[in-house]
Amino acid sequence: MSKIFTTPLAKNNPITVQVLGICSCLAVTAQLKPAFVMALSVTVVVALANLIISCLRNTIPPRIRIIVQLVVVSALVILVNQVLMAFVYDVSKQLSVYVGLIITNCIVMGRLEAFAMSRKPMESLLDGIGNGLGYGVILVILGFVRELFGSGTLWGYPVMEKLGLYNIGYENNGLVIMAPMALILVGVIIWIQRTKDKDLQED
Amino acid sequence: MQMNGLRNFIDKIKPTFSEGGKFPWLSATFGGFETFAFTPNKVTKSGAHVRDAVDMKRAMITVVIALIPALLFGMWNVGYQTSCALMAQGGEAFSFLYCFWFGFLRLVPMIAVSYIVGLGIEFTFAQIRGHEVYEGYLVSGFIIPMIVPVTTPLWQLALAVAFAVIIGKEVFGGTGMNFLNPALVARAFLFFSYPTHMSGDKVWIANDLWGSDALTGATPMGELATGGNPSASLLDMVIGTIPGCTCETSFIAIALGALILLISGIASWRTMLAVFVGGGAMGLLFNAIGANAYMQLPFYYHFVMGGFAFGAVFMATDPVTSAQTNCGKWIYGLLIGAFAVLLRVLNPAYPEGMMLAILLMNCFAPIIDHCVIARNIKMRQRRAEAGKEVKA
Repeated sequence: MSKIFTTPLAKNNPITVQVLGICSCLAVTAQLKPAFVMALSVTVVVALANLIISCLRNTIPPRIRIIVQLVVVSALVILVNQVLMAFVYDVSKQLSVYVGLIITNCIVMGRLEAFAMSRKPMESLLDGIGNGLGYGVILVILGFVRELFGSGTLWGYPVMEKLGLYNIGYENNGLVIMAPMALILVGVIIWIQRTKDKDLQED
Repeated sequence: MQMNGLRNFIDKIKPTFSEGGKFPWLSATFGGFETFAFTPNKVTKSGAHVRDAVDMKRAMITVVIALIPALLFGMWNVGYQTSCALMAQGGEAFSFLYCFWFGFLRLVPMIAVSYIVGLGIEFTFAQIRGHEVYEGYLVSGFIIPMIVPVTTPLWQLALAVAFAVIIGKEVFGGTGMNFLNPALVARAFLFFSYPTHMSGDKVWIANDLWGSDALTGATPMGELATGGNPSASLLDMVIGTIPGCTCETSFIAIALGALILLISGIASWRTMLAVFVGGGAMGLLFNAIGANAYMQLPFYYHFVMGGFAFGAVFMATDPVTSAQTNCGKWIYGLLIGAFAVLLRVLNPAYPEGMMLAILLMNCFAPIIDHCVIARNIKMRQRRAEAGKEVKA
């Protein structure tokens, strides 16, 4: 049981190993706060969608299963979006379309198809949380690095300014803010992970 | 005699760094310095092989020698530009020698930073991966300080070098495996990371010997991009007495380097010529359209402004990242020239299109080669089949 939860965090990480959900991971990680909120939202959606679909799995006719999955995911995403708009309006503004695009996030559909359709509800819930957090960990790492070196702040707090680095000639790096750098950073994370974990190395 | 002494010394300390010695983990570093001093005495044991006096180290050194005219001119020009700008403010002009000394003092720290950071990373990776140190960085490390503005802060240069060597090269397996020119990766990193230090009119002329303060002075391309006409004459641009990246302003000095590369056969004349033909053709096309001042600029101006000549001679011809087939070199070069001029004229956000054009075509070089080879195979197959039919 615990393996279901832990493998998506590292060994079968949705971003660095399965290479899913790259689009949103490039788009929302320029700052830490939206990255964190996005990670949380995706975790909630994957976990609950996994749970619901797993409960329904024996009653869903195979031919229309994708539509049923989509309806469940859409409903959850709309709920998440409403909650975000109600409580963290500014972040919701920043995330803009990317909250809605969770519906098309490959991780969500992938877990529903590959796991929830054939496993018991508790296992599916754990798998959903694990995958959501595996995705979230990468997003938070990217958000941390990109906000720190791109804007010189962390969660809006001006770290670099307080350290007095600007006075000695330090400048924020414009490239880190751009989407290509997020891709390069994901590549670096994959590189480090595969160097450490020999099982992941391909010939 | 001295050489013998060095040889004996190296032989004496060699066991310390070999298997079973005190520092076997430093063997790659040791090997790097040993082969720097002497040609390796190992040869392939079996199979057919050609022996040639020109190994990678010699090829790289030839490129460095070809870069020296541009470097020397660049040093003088750095001082000369400061002198001119100070004179315009009512200061005194520098003497010829002081111009050179000024540029020398500005450029040597940049070259040192580039080599120390770049080679440090190369040695570390060679050590970790247990292979010998390759010579590829000798050229890249020399070029990087030559293609950035003189006022680039050294820590930014160090960061760009580290990025270029790690992300541009080592990730793909080191020298010979990279698909982008490392020197241009470093420049692109600076360009997108710290745009205020890489373009505009406050970066090209050093204010004093130290620091990154700059005097105002626009490059011909900067003036054109903002809708004006270049204040420098064509002759100034050919000689190179204009503001610009440290060592890429002089067409004559670069042409001298090109001559060395072509005579020694290190660089491909096809690539070089194709870049100029492509740029010229695009320039002529814009002349024919002639919608604004930049389009009406005679096409040969593009050759002598900015980094066009430097890029064509030293960057586009990089044997690792350019196309390998002869036909591919023509396509690759023509497109670099055409894209460079296209970017310059049509996109005011990027006054210098050469860097982006070469990087773009670096990405396409493998597919160009693939198509050329596939076409060749198909042609020969057809010929073979036609021959069979005749016989039958």
